[in-house]
Formats: sequence, structure tokens, C-alpha cells
Amino acid sequence: MNNNAQLADRKFIIGGFFVLIAIVYIIRLFYLQVIDKSYEASARNNALQTLTEYPPRGFIYDRNGKLLVINEASYDLMVTPKLVKGCDTMALCEILEITKEEFLKRIKKACQAPNSPRKQSIFEKQMSSATNAKLQEKLYRFRGFYVQSRTVRKYPRPIAAHLLGYIGEVSKEKAEKDSYYKEGDYIGISGMERSYEEALRGKKGTRIVVKDVHNKEVGRYMNGKYDTAAVAGKPLYCTIDASLQEYGERLMKGKKGALVAIEPSTGEILCLISAPGYDPNLLVGGKERNKNFAKLVYDSTLPLFNRAIQAEYPPGSTFKLIDALIAQNDGLINRSTMYPCARGYPPMGGKPKCHPHGPVDLVNSVAQSCNSYYSYVFREIVDQKKYPKFIDGYNHWRDMVMSFGPGTKLGTDLPYDRPGKVPSVKYYDKVFGKNGWRSNTIVSLGIGQAELLLMPLQMANVVATIANRGYYYIPHTVKGIGNEKEIDKKFKEKVYVGVQNQEAYTNVIDGMQRCFDAGTAYYSRIPGVVACGKTGTAENPHGKSHAVFMAFAPREKPQIVIACLIENAGFGGTWSAPIVSLMIEKYVTGKVTRPELEKKMEAVDLIQGKNLITTEFH
Amino acid sequence: MALRRNENSLFYGVDRITVITYTLLVLMGWLNIYAAVYNEEHKNILDISQKYGKQLIWIAGAAILAFSILVIDAGFYTVFAYWFYAIILLLCLLVPFLGREVKGSRSWFRFGDFGIQPAEFMKFATSLALAKFLSNENLIVLSRYRLRFKDLFKNYKNTFIAVTFLIVPMLIIKVLQDETGLAIVFVAFIIVLYREGLSINILIFGLITVILFVLSLVVAETNTLLIWMGVITACGFLFIRRTKKNILFAVLIYLGAAGVVLGTNYVYEHLEPHQRVRIDVLLGRNEVDLKKEGYNVNQAKIAIGSGGFWGKGYLEGTQTKYDFVPEQDTDFIFCTVGEEWGFVGSSIVVILELFLILRVVFLSERQRSPFSRIYGYGVASILFFHLCINIGMTIGLMPVIGIPLPFFSYGGSSLWSFTILLFIFIKLDANRLLILR
Repeated sequence: MNNNAQLADRKFIIGGFFVLIAIVYIIRLFYLQVIDKSYEASARNNALQTLTEYPPRGFIYDRNGKLLVINEASYDLMVTPKLVKGCDTMALCEILEITKEEFLKRIKKACQAPNSPRKQSIFEKQMSSATNAKLQEKLYRFRGFYVQSRTVRKYPRPIAAHLLGYIGEVSKEKAEKDSYYKEGDYIGISGMERSYEEALRGKKGTRIVVKDVHNKEVGRYMNGKYDTAAVAGKPLYCTIDASLQEYGERLMKGKKGALVAIEPSTGEILCLISAPGYDPNLLVGGKERNKNFAKLVYDSTLPLFNRAIQAEYPPGSTFKLIDALIAQNDGLINRSTMYPCARGYPPMGGKPKCHPHGPVDLVNSVAQSCNSYYSYVFREIVDQKKYPKFIDGYNHWRDMVMSFGPGTKLGTDLPYDRPGKVPSVKYYDKVFGKNGWRSNTIVSLGIGQAELLLMPLQMANVVATIANRGYYYIPHTVKGIGNEKEIDKKFKEKVYVGVQNQEAYTNVIDGMQRCFDAGTAYYSRIPGVVACGKTGTAENPHGKSHAVFMAFAPREKPQIVIACLIENAGFGGTWSAPIVSLMIEKYVTGKVTRPELEKKMEAVDLIQGKNLITTEFH
Repeated sequence: MALRRNENSLFYGVDRITVITYTLLVLMGWLNIYAAVYNEEHKNILDISQKYGKQLIWIAGAAILAFSILVIDAGFYTVFAYWFYAIILLLCLLVPFLGREVKGSRSWFRFGDFGIQPAEFMKFATSLALAKFLSNENLIVLSRYRLRFKDLFKNYKNTFIAVTFLIVPMLIIKVLQDETGLAIVFVAFIIVLYREGLSINILIFGLITVILFVLSLVVAETNTLLIWMGVITACGFLFIRRTKKNILFAVLIYLGAAGVVLGTNYVYEHLEPHQRVRIDVLLGRNEVDLKKEGYNVNQAKIAIGSGGFWGKGYLEGTQTKYDFVPEQDTDFIFCTVGEEWGFVGSSIVVILELFLILRVVFLSERQRSPFSRIYGYGVASILFFHLCINIGMTIGLMPVIGIPLPFFSYGGSSLWSFTILLFIFIKLDANRLLILR
């Protein structure tokens, strides 16, 4: 006790020490809570999970309001491998009907690039709602897993697969470039699904949920204050006539080729068929999708290939219409101009060849499709006096042709369309050497052969231009998006071609009408409809000629134009014209009066080589 | 007359400020336990299947205890100080054999749903015993005496006895019950010894040892550390008289320090793996896996850090409510405070606890009786040690040692033991004017 006074001072040291530690702690707290913001983010990551709400994709209707594409609910089981802990593997395998090895394999796959153990990836795709129900019951036992509901496409009518296109998982590159998508999302890959992806997909929503340490959902964060609602995709009203499309696909069955119908007064595509086609329901997903896809990819008839907009074909004789129009426009020929034909083009020793027929004037040259006539016409255009150098003449012809669409991308709303080919001077200089070629060298261009290549859609557009007598609307597939009936303005504007001489059109159309009345399409006359057409037999290096036919009807106020090409089928009048005539009849009159022809055309299988039609038309 | 009535009153002389602070802390503690355990299904605060329901019972029990302590004559605690110590020590000895095993440690007597941990009560018993001993015997204080080896035991006899009072329960609790947290608390009594005359050299020696321990763990290269220490020692020669004795002394110090450094590695290697990990976590050694050994502290920091300045609001904490923080109702209760009440709330808790401790120090210093004073310092030291370690570990400044936050954490034993601890002192303080010894 003697030194208590001295020791009493130690209370200050002790008290000071207590206060010092408390101050250190408060400073530390200030740092943790106020200065360092990283803990807030960590806390969010801990307890909050942002779930994506996928909106239903927009429906697609045909021009008459019939449903072409709808949705079906589908459930994906997602896994975040890093969060998987103490999972009841047995039960999960049982529900999904997989083996434990398969389970481990999938987990491994989810861990490897491009997936990551920290990221969600799909464990089981598109489960049935029954599986989902079973799973939901026990989901709390499968930590790290959760069910993502989505929708998959369903096609009430198995038609127009190429035109509608399909959806699939977004590519890694796209997901990286476009922040809207994350891996595993679906995106329109082809057809209208691709072109109108933005309208159809709607807007993804997010829901922030609070999860406890067991990954169990325990509620919504801030009562959903920061959630965003998913916005459903807009419905698409397309220009397709479902019944015409269906009918056309029936007729094109067993053939390789394409058929495109357009309403010339609007540029609306009425049907777009690429044969052989496939049932779009095969590619909606589920376990079957990949199998089906592989099957289609490896099919030698290329069913996935959209021939209507991607296949380049020589147009053959149908191209003569353009020559006839240009030559008249330039004042080089008129209705009564005649050229000799000696079963071929005389100046070149009878090449290109021609079939036997009497001397023809302009109208009959169209109806009879005289090769010699159009060889002359082509030379008249290229070698006309207005252009001292024939190269300028050639360029003039090329420009005029290209104004009808060939050689340029039409700018339709379908993805992956191609320009086709109208060879340039440069091209021929390369092939034949500078000054190594003359108009006669390339005279077969005049009859739609040589290097000339068109898409079936471009062919249809050429007919539409003729039906409209000098202009076309860019062919398109959509009439309206969502509630707005508005579409891209460019589809509402007339595109005028280089030939505006109305008489020239009249003469050519007369020839096209005679084609049905007394020409190469005589056997495809349509009862009660004044139709105008042109046959083509496109020689090509792949075997037998392609059968081409294009037509429009009725002659006055045309309602429909069709271009049809059947690969390696031979003469256009035999194969394509009947199909086109049946379709015109169905569309214009609403019924078909030639069931026998219909049955015949339907039954023909040109792919398998079964040829039921024995009569050869010329 | 009025004075007389007051003297007879049960609450005569009771320090109201201390009692009010205590009450505030207990109530705040309960609110936070409710928040930590809270879920939508069990909202009834009286639901005794839930921890907040049980804690209400513990609080009621604590109130009865506090009341009883005030009723009993203050002399009782002085007279029976050693008895308390002996009886509870005996219980601590017996509990490993009679008690039921809970989470691998045999430190609980269980009565149905409720359990009692005698080791908790060892705190106040040791305080009493130490107070009794030191109030009768003086410690040799200040380094006034020359350090002579033969006198060592004679001079420091009382110090050794006092330390024995601490070491015995520590060993029993650590070795027999394997409750490191409860055992380490007794280190707090060094503050009491210091107040009562323990040489400051010993504290400095202890401090240096701790610093060397930390340094040798933080500095990867032991050799580098030894070289630097050598350089510092050599520099020391510039300031001392270079007599033989001084040089020998300096060399001895260096060797001692080197011994600590080398010993540290040895001790560290021989620690239990989980303890080694806790030290690693605290010192940021090696790569700490935040999913495993670093999980607790990291989650605790996240919970507290995410509270921000004002906190997320009562019952709005996502980290604690949804069990991300382990033990969020007991040892990590401070996380709930930090998350839901923010910097403001957690500072208030720290300040309130500190205030109570300083109040106890203040009251101790006004005691006439050394017994009351020493006991008071025991109370303050234990409360401070808990505060320091408990909050320190949640904010990553201390290793994780499982001890509760006084009056806050869920648990009957700790609440009751702290209540007894504090209220005996309140009673002693209330009685101070009546003691004329």
C-alpha cells in the first residue's frame, strides 16, 4: 500500500490503452464501412443473385393472320460448378435419367472453356415440364443448380423453314460483342428470325433475388424495387401466304430448286420455297436438335441451303426478256424486227443452238424462245453505233441489266442474300486478255448463259418489274411489326429500272402471253386466267439443264409473279411451268381445276430419279 | 431521515450509470440476436425454440441474478472469494467427465435445451480470488531491486502465486476442455497485476516477444530478420557504455531475441492446423482460400463493410440474416451490428462498451478497499479483453478466437457470467462508503 499513490498513476496508462484500442477499432470500422466500397459489392455477390427473365419471342403470322410460329415453354437446368456442394447426385441423375459418369462429364464440361466454374452454363437443355416439376421439388438439394425457363419455337404448320429461319445459341463472338447476349442465350440465326431478331426477342428482364448461404431463394431484393420486367417480343406479320407456301412446298417435293412468288404491286414475297426443305420443328431444340441438325447438314441435297436467295443459277432463256426490253428501249429493234435462225446463231456457226421453229418477230421470239434472235439482239445492243468502242456498249448493257437487279444485292430483309453475277469488262479482260474478246465471244450472255448468274429471288424480281412495266418494290417478307403496321420505308418506294419505254413492255408482255397461248408453256395454260410467262432451260456445268420458268398473272393488274427453277430437270416448259401455272391458278382463282396435273407434279421425284412424266414438251 | 431510508434501500449506492449502460447493451444485444436469427416463419419474440426466445429467458435469469447479488451482503463475496474459486474450479475439472460433449468440446453441463459452461464463471471467481490475494499481499513492484537470481523467488513470490491463480484455470480449461477462447481470457488479468505493481519491464518484455513473434511470421526469411536484429544490437553499442557487463547483457538480449524468433517457427509448426490458419489469415500469410480457412473473417468483413455509414436498416441485413456469417448470433454478433446499423451503430456499440469499461475503472479507483479496487480492475480487464478480441477478429485485426462480445452475444453462460462479474462489483461499489477498513 505504501506505493499505492505511485501505482495509482497507472490508471491513466491503462485507461489510455483502452481508449487507444477503441480509437484504432473505430478508425478501422470507418475504413471498412465508409471508405472501402468493395465490401458492398461482395455482399451483393454473396446474397443477391440476378436472374434473367426471358421474354417470350414474338409470334409470326402469315399475311392472312394464320399463325406460322408460336412458342412452347421449355426449361434449362443451369449449373454453376463452383457453387455445387454436397449435391445429391444420385437423386439428380435419377430425375434427369443420366448416369453418374454422364453427370461428372457434364460438370467437367461446364468447368472447361468456354465455360467456367464460376459461370452458369447449361447442364440439361430444354427439359419437359414434367421433368421440371420433379426437379423443382428437390431443387434445394442440388446446390449450384437452378432452372431457367425459356421458350422454344413451335411451328403449327411445318412450312417455310428457310424463310422463317431458326434460332439457336448465340455464338461466343456475338456474345462478346453485344452486351445484350450472354452465352447460352438464344438468337435468330437465319431467315426472318435473324433479320427481325431485335423485334422478335423483346427485352430480357432481371429479377434480383436474395439467397441464403445454402443457395436457397429466400425472397426478392428490396421487394423487387430494382427488378426490371421482361418485355415480350413483338409479333411479326409477314407477307407469306401460308396456304400458297404450303401448296408450293407440296409441288416442289422431290425436286431440287427454288420457287419465289411476289406480289408485284407491293414487292411482298408471297411464298419463298427452297427445295428440298425440312420441317422447322426439327430445329427447335431439345435433345433431338443437334442430331437433326447434323442430319440436315450432311444431307447431300443440302436442305438447309436456302436456294431461293443463296443459290446462283444461270437464268437461261428467261433472261431474253431483259435483252428484248433494252434493245427496244435503245431503239434497235421493234415489234416487227426479225432475225434469221438456222437451228442456231448463223454468225457463230450455229452456236448457240436453237430448236426448230419458223422465222420469228419480237413477240414470237419470246413465245418460241429463239436463241439466234437474242444472240443478234445482244450484239445489236453491245455493238450499237452510239458507242464506238464495244466495251462501252457492253458496259451500257451491263448497267441496264443491273438496274433490274441482277448482279446487285436487292436489299431484301432476308439475311445472307447474294448479288449474283453480271460479269464486268475487267473480268473478261482477265479471262480473254485485253482486246482478246468481242461481242460474239460472249454472245451467250444474251440468252442468259455463260457467266451470268442470278438468284431465284432476283428472277422473280425481274418478272415483277416487267409485270409493273418498269419498276419494282424491293422484295420483302414483313408487312408489320407489333402493333405498328410500319415497315422500313425503303420497301415502300418504287425502284425504277433502266427501261421505261412502255411499248417495249407491251411487246414483251405480248410475247409472254403468247408463250402460254401458243408457245413453250402451251401445256401449262391456266383456265380463266390470262397469264404471261417465259420458259428457260439453263445449261450448267452440273449436269442436265435447270428448268426455269417465270410468269405473272393476270396480265392486267397482276396479282402474282412467280419464278421457279428446278435443278437438272431439263426443259423449263416441262417441269417448272406446270408448277408455276398451278400456283398461279390457286392464288388467282382460289382453286385448282387440273387435279391430274397437280397429282403428277406432286408425285414426281427428280432427286430419286423417279420420273413419272413421260411426255416431253418442247 | 431520508439518508437512513436510502441506506436501507436495496439500491443504495448502486451506480446508476453502470446499470443503465449494462441494460442498454443487453437490450441492444437482444435486438441484434433477433435480427441475426430472424426469419419470416418465426416472428414471435417469445418463441423459445428460437435463439432470441431463449435469450429472453437468459436475460430474465440475468436480472434475477443481478437482483440477488445486490441483495446479498457485500461481505459475502470478500469472505467466500476463495470458495467461489475452489468450487468453480472443481466444476471445471469435473465437467469433462460429467458433462455432455457439444461440438467436440466437453465444457457444458446440459439441462434439456439449455446448457451451462462452468468455465465462463471461472472469470468472476478468479477475479474474486485474485482480489482477495492481492489485497492481503503486496506485489514486489517497480524494478527498484537489482535483479539477483538468488532473490528472484523471494522477491517475486507473490507475483508467482498471483500468476498461479491464473495459470491453473487456464490450463484446466485449455487442456481438459479444449476451449482456447475461454482459456486465453485469463491473460487479461495481466492488466490487474500491472495496476497492482507488476514491473513494466515484464510487460515490455511480453510486448517485444509478441512483436518478434509477429515479425518472424511476417518476414519470410528468418535469417534476414536475425541479421537485422544483429545490426540493431550493434547500433545499440553506440549508446551504452562498453563495459564487459553491458556487452554481455546486449549479447544475451540478442540471443534471447534470436531464441524467440527461432522458437516462433518451432511453435508455429507445432500449432494445431486451424490455429495456424487463423494466424495466417490475420497476418495475410500465404494464399488464404476465402472459401475455406479465410471464410469466416472474410464474410465478417463483408457483412460489416457492406453496412456503410448508416447501415442497411434493422432486419435488412442480407449477410447475417441469411447465414453467410458463421456464428452470427454468438461470437460474430458484431457483424449484425455492422451490417444493419452501419458505422454509426458499430461505433456506438464500441463506445458504449468502452464507456462501461472506463466507468468500471473510474469506480475502481474511488474504492477505499483494495479488494474492491482489484476486483474492479479484474472486471474491466476481462470486459476489455473480450471487446478487444471479439471486435478485433470481426474486423480482421485479431486472430479468430471464439469468445463472446460482453452482454451482446447470444448465450446464457456468457451473459450470466458477465452479469455476475459486473454486479458483484456494483455491489462492492455500492458498499464502499460502509467499508471503513
